[in-house]
Amino acid sequence: MNHFPVGWGRPRDDVYGAYNPSYLPQSHGGTQANPITHTQSPIVTGTSVLAIKYKDGVVIAADNLASYGSLARFTDVKRLKQFNRKAVVGFGGDVSDMQYLDRLLNSLDVEENYGGDAPAESGPHMSAKNLHAYLSKVMYKRRSDFNPLWNAMLVAGLDESDKPFLAYADLLGTTYSSPSLATGFGAHLAQPIMRRAVPNEAASRELSKEQAVECIKECMKVLFYRDARSMPVYSIAVIDGKGVDLKEDEKLENQSWAFAEQIRGYGTQTV
Amino acid sequence: MTSIGTGYDLSNSVFSPDGRNFQVEYATKAVENGGTAIGIRCKDGVVLAMEKLVTSRLMKKDANKRIATVDRNIGVVSAGLVPDGRHFVSRARDEASSWRSTYKAPIPVASLANRMGSYVQAFTLYSSVRPFGITAIVGGFDAETEVDVDGAVGSGPKVGSGGKTQGVKEGGPYLYMIEPSGLYWGYYGAATGKGRQAAKAELEKLNLDPKKGDTISLEEGVKEAARIIYVAHEDSKDKEFELEMTWISAVSGPTKGRHEDVPKELKDEAERLAKKALEGDDEMEE
Repeated sequence: MNHFPVGWGRPRDDVYGAYNPSYLPQSHGGTQANPITHTQSPIVTGTSVLAIKYKDGVVIAADNLASYGSLARFTDVKRLKQFNRKAVVGFGGDVSDMQYLDRLLNSLDVEENYGGDAPAESGPHMSAKNLHAYLSKVMYKRRSDFNPLWNAMLVAGLDESDKPFLAYADLLGTTYSSPSLATGFGAHLAQPIMRRAVPNEAASRELSKEQAVECIKECMKVLFYRDARSMPVYSIAVIDGKGVDLKEDEKLENQSWAFAEQIRGYGTQTV
Repeated sequence: MTSIGTGYDLSNSVFSPDGRNFQVEYATKAVENGGTAIGIRCKDGVVLAMEKLVTSRLMKKDANKRIATVDRNIGVVSAGLVPDGRHFVSRARDEASSWRSTYKAPIPVASLANRMGSYVQAFTLYSSVRPFGITAIVGGFDAETEVDVDGAVGSGPKVGSGGKTQGVKEGGPYLYMIEPSGLYWGYYGAATGKGRQAAKAELEKLNLDPKKGDTISLEEGVKEAARIIYVAHEDSKDKEFELEMTWISAVSGPTKGRHEDVPKELKDEAERLAKKALEGDDEMEE
């Protein structure tokens, strides 16, 4: 019988050999400076980002909520970040990782402009396409280090020949592109609606700016109806040849909760 | 230069008996041979201008810029040894970016001048290095409007603890000049390089001191800067030169708080007026 309580409930040294503490920090007899820890889950999060390509550019939107779990913690969080005259990034997922990426993109933009202005005819140095390539490599590097940045992002803007550009990148380093895109819950709730407007690239080349904005606003409304981590105040940006038009305090209009009557399966109703 | 050959000019970090560091003085000579560089601090911004002497007809026009961007709102121009100027700019960029990573906000122009002053001064202390062969003019605009911390997402409390003091005025246009000794002062108008005497004489005629009434506007500053560079070039008329000019305004102004090239139309107009002013002078002399 071992009378020392520290020995209770753990493998016996005389049977299994001495405990190997090498993974522990030095203060606990190990060899590590600190135990290596990585993000296991996001903490303060933003929900879906939506975007749709139209004939001259891209419309992108995300609401202004940052949730702490299911608590609607911060209600004025701007999740669309303008990179330059040609590109906007919409962030879903962890807000602190978004802030890190925002600073990273800021310093990238400062460095890009060391060389002075790009000639007016060629626009800014980096296109949305360049930016998406850069961001996706940052994300893939971090996931390969088992230390991902916990975000799903849409990069919206113009490519180097000023054609509309829209693509996705996420914490796994996954990328894809489509005439309409949505992250998070939006991929399930809004994407089917947007696909009605732009089933393919050809359809997006026909879509007008007004139609695109209307479609995005409708989707933001549907998301507010059905996504419990959303709010009715949102940011929306239109990126076209004239630059970026970013509005950060838009409110959902013409809500109708009549459909809620029909919902069965939650709560206390008996039928 | 009576002290040449006395041995006190062979090394940095050695004073002469009358208290001079000759290496620093020789570095100043290198500056005095470089093309003229000026900076003007106007009411609503800063103009930097450079007389870029054309050393070869085989070099592309408007390429090989001499005025550099350090952070979005700060520019640097230097007279003297070009590679020394490049190294100075590179260090200034490092300082600006490390300031951002520490404080999550752009570096104030005064702080950048302070750090670069200390850096340049360190090169007067050791026998293993030589001083910078440049005098650098650092111009910038610290935002007057409230700037969010880099990466900020919300607006924070409007009142109460952690709230904001209303009506505080800060920021504005700033101009500093850093010499090979590490000495730096803030200026209303700064000039260095070969034509500095003529340029200083012209700068002194301008209304740049806000304590003495309304100072000149940024656009007037651009025109004056072009004219002053042309005036300063008069003494080395046989050599060709290109005028390089950048400006920085407030966020509400034409450059939106950024350091940028002066737009082509405005620069062409300023050069046209500068040439006209010189012709006028010539006619009067005749």
